[in-house]
Amino acid sequence: MSELRKVAIEINGERYEREVEPRLLLSDFIRHEAGLTGTHVGCEHGVCGACTVQVDGAPMRSCLMFAVQAEGHSLRTVEALNEGMDGALHPLQQAFHECHGLQCGFCTPGFLMSIEPYLPEAADWDDRQIREMLAGNLCRCTGYQNIVSSVRLAAERMSRGELNKSPESAAPDTVEA
Amino acid sequence: MKPPLFDYHDPRGLEEALDLLARHGDDAKVLAGGQSLVPLLNFRLARPDHIVDLGRVPGLAYIRRRDGVLRIGAMTRQATLEVSPLVASHWPLLTEALSLVAHAQIRNRGTVGGSVAHADPAAELPVAFAALDASFHVRSQRGTRMIGWRDFFVTHLTTSMEPDEVLVEIEVPPVPEGAGHGFEEFSRRHGDFALGGAAALVTLDQNHIQAARIALLAAADTPLRATEAEASLTGQAPTEEAIAEAARIAVIGVEPTGDIHGDTEYRHGLIEAMVRRALKQAGERASEVR
Repeated sequence: MSELRKVAIEINGERYEREVEPRLLLSDFIRHEAGLTGTHVGCEHGVCGACTVQVDGAPMRSCLMFAVQAEGHSLRTVEALNEGMDGALHPLQQAFHECHGLQCGFCTPGFLMSIEPYLPEAADWDDRQIREMLAGNLCRCTGYQNIVSSVRLAAERMSRGELNKSPESAAPDTVEA
Repeated sequence: MKPPLFDYHDPRGLEEALDLLARHGDDAKVLAGGQSLVPLLNFRLARPDHIVDLGRVPGLAYIRRRDGVLRIGAMTRQATLEVSPLVASHWPLLTEALSLVAHAQIRNRGTVGGSVAHADPAAELPVAFAALDASFHVRSQRGTRMIGWRDFFVTHLTTSMEPDEVLVEIEVPPVPEGAGHGFEEFSRRHGDFALGGAAALVTLDQNHIQAARIALLAAADTPLRATEAEASLTGQAPTEEAIAEAARIAVIGVEPTGDIHGDTEYRHGLIEAMVRRALKQAGERASEVR
């Protein structure tokens, strides 16, 4: 009934060509086909945010997309965060480390990929705005205080230009108005 | 937690999509952003034989204003509409409603038309479109028709679209000059489905209410307009008493479905409170404009 389809998906600059069922979730493609297990799968219905990846620069739930839909789009997962940083952590990862923004770490990749595109603007944000940005990701270990602190630290450091800037992220969509 | 088997179609044009729906409509689901449909598939609450994905159909994502009327392509991402300066300046109620839709990651993928066609009475966009008196353009091989919001939403997750039809455009008439808006909802956590809410538009004439609109969220199996409460406000000064009385009238006969998060009585009181707040906000904004 459901025929296999050939797909070619670009993840972190690399092209993955596979034959998959159309019902294969993008999250499962990333983990099982591309072998990139940094992206975690929590609730698998769009609530927890653990599987968040960037699609053309915009954070999205990879459990709410089919792999076949990602063809022609550019994906970025947590593995790409510190690319080109010579083994050092991305400023956001470094801040999570220093502020104890994680305990078990299961939710962390989703948080990182959700937060990263907003870091350049987050330096001027108050706690409410930061928490609103974080609201789409659940952490069951620790509450969110240290995650808020991590965001603040990373955003401040980036705005002072102390650390490497992360790659430009594209707008979610183009408008014809 | 994995979707059931289905035949996947990703048409490259609207005609091809309409042809697929004409052949498979009864056994097909249209996939737009997938932020409601994919969870239903993952839970296997939906088991369509065919999925018709509109993701590669060109020409369905746009935001235009002509002769004062807003036209939104059904596949426009919610995040795109949320940051539209055009919408923010002429239909700020819509911008405010969008900020309450789930989370940024969902809005980055979710579409305006998808939310409308999903017809969840606890969703913000259908309620905002009810308050704005929007109409929906639907297409099939049989032609195009325009359906007003009252005839569009039939019941929980059900619209008056036929199985071979697809939503292509949302048409929003201009908001009355000088109108103030309010959109209030209450959810247990930010971004969750709201337990109750209300949208309001108020226009003032000197110090009196010229016209008011009130739409209720999660109050029934479709978005509702509280027409009697709207009428009760006409000609009144926007006092706390008048607003409280209108809110009381707005929920007469309303019996929201209760669940573990709040029973019918609780939600009834909640929606009344949300109407009060939305009207107050709209009234204040209307007087700032004047």
